[in-house]
Amino acid sequence: MTFIDKYKNEIDQILSRYPVKRSALIPLLYVAQRDQGYVSEAVMQEIARLLGITPPQVYETVTFYTMFNLKPVGKFHIQVCKSLMCALVGSDTLIGWMKTKLGIAPGESTTDGLFTLSAVECLAACGTGPMMQINEDYYEQVTEDKLDRILADLRSTGTSTLKSGPFMWPEPAPSERGA
Amino acid sequence: MPQHELILLKNMMQPGYTGSLQDYEKTGGYQAIRNTLGKIAPADVTAMVRKSGLRGRGGAGFPTGVKWGFLPKDYQGPRYLCCNADESEPGTFKDRQLMERDPHQVLEGILLACYAIGAETAYIYIRGEMVLGSRILEQAINEARAAGYIGKNILGTGIHADVWVHRGAGAYICGEETALLESLEGKRGLPRIKPPFPATHGLYNKPTVVNNVETLANLPHIMNRGPEWFAAIGSPPKSTGTRVFCVSGHVKRPGNYEVPMGVTVRELVYEHAGGMRSDKPMKAFIPGGASAPFLTPAHLDVKLDFEHVATAGSMLGSGGVTIMEEGTSMVWAALRLMEFFYHESCGKCSPCREGSSWLVQTLRRIMAKRGRMEDLETLLDLCKNIAGRTVCAFGDAEVAPIQSTLKHWRQEYVDLIHEAEAANLIKPEPVGRP
Repeated sequence: MTFIDKYKNEIDQILSRYPVKRSALIPLLYVAQRDQGYVSEAVMQEIARLLGITPPQVYETVTFYTMFNLKPVGKFHIQVCKSLMCALVGSDTLIGWMKTKLGIAPGESTTDGLFTLSAVECLAACGTGPMMQINEDYYEQVTEDKLDRILADLRSTGTSTLKSGPFMWPEPAPSERGA
Repeated sequence: MPQHELILLKNMMQPGYTGSLQDYEKTGGYQAIRNTLGKIAPADVTAMVRKSGLRGRGGAGFPTGVKWGFLPKDYQGPRYLCCNADESEPGTFKDRQLMERDPHQVLEGILLACYAIGAETAYIYIRGEMVLGSRILEQAINEARAAGYIGKNILGTGIHADVWVHRGAGAYICGEETALLESLEGKRGLPRIKPPFPATHGLYNKPTVVNNVETLANLPHIMNRGPEWFAAIGSPPKSTGTRVFCVSGHVKRPGNYEVPMGVTVRELVYEHAGGMRSDKPMKAFIPGGASAPFLTPAHLDVKLDFEHVATAGSMLGSGGVTIMEEGTSMVWAALRLMEFFYHESCGKCSPCREGSSWLVQTLRRIMAKRGRMEDLETLLDLCKNIAGRTVCAFGDAEVAPIQSTLKHWRQEYVDLIHEAEAANLIKPEPVGRP
């Protein structure tokens, strides 16, 4: 079954939001990446046909953005923020822990295919650094102990309760809360 | 802590506030929609916003009502509103909180803006990494649609407005409004040459307004309490209202603090953010995100409003205040930011694309103690040839860390170069461009 047949309803729903079809490109690429873990050439050609644009037009968009993978990544894609604000509070140390615990440097994957590590630029969590994103979830104020628990959780259950919920920082102290 | 009224963060400070439609309505939410749509003429809404003095909270600080006023009045086709939720300026994390903790406040602002400019479609362009934020917004949109606030014939007024969430995919430049529009059209996020401006030729070449999340979140309050109320807050007449400042770096309590415009950096850092994290004194700070030039503790009493920060030689920008303690290498800090800009340069304009690479290479060489004294002139020369020579403001932004650290902490660069010379790591070479 082709990609388009497989996700027909979702694709139709996405297309209905835009008066110009090409606007659906990035949303469709997300669907493709969710399906396969990366964006394959075959899917790019299918999407091009659907949107009435050329495959190079799809490819040039895919390669401009950092969030699309052109080849498979580990089951857990760990992205550690390395920008200045996180670096001030220890992101280099966090990357060092990763090297010790997983045996990989940024750009590498573990041999069991579980983890891929990337060092990325600012993820808008500068007040709660050092921080990282694993697949869709943020993990903030990461300490070595917290990292151990996160990695153990991911290995055993595939997710971790230590991920961030709806963001607010600082959490107000009871005395600061409104009546 | 000094007492002042919270506007944008007020709801989420209430115990048990979840950000649901029910919670938002209990605090008076969507009253502004009820009292405005079909009751106040769109042009009058624009006039009220102009009178409030509200300026854009994304970085440039352009007056919101004036921006709306640029839309052609007699244009018959579709118009668009884009909510800029691409929040990616290093040091900034306020929009994330506004969207994830009180999404309906943002949505009500979007609907008011749609009404004022005559747009029937709004897109929230949220940065791709914020998956949770996009889900929370989508759920809020569904709630609001079911309650009749979004969609066809809102509350029986005959006014239509639909709102969609559109995720970006990891590109800092897409926070620039014309790059955002390109990205929303499914293309590479390359800024457009202006003019024409989005007000006349925006999304799909139609009249378009792009407003930041925090800017839009202020609108329900301005409509509910009147422009005069808003215009009296902060540092009138030019910087009105509050600002959600994002404090990061070496402080005890980093985080988001909503304060009236015009508080000093000293008050923000020492009274709100708990002061420095250790006994090391402050060495430097950035007042408005990575694009804003560094300032020194001599500027601690600068008022955080658009004019005063500009006079001090920096900019209020996105409200991201980053504090660095004594012992932080300023060359290292400049390099870290420069690596960010090098990574994020979209590649459209040669001075920025090539220049950012040269700047990073030169800084890395100095940091690695292989620099030479001529490198300092090379850095400044490169900066001069980037700023003002690019399609968008990115070029001006990327030179800020280097120019300002060289201005205030030149000796640190010189010391590293002297170390290089002492270690005899470099051989004399003809001076030239890298």
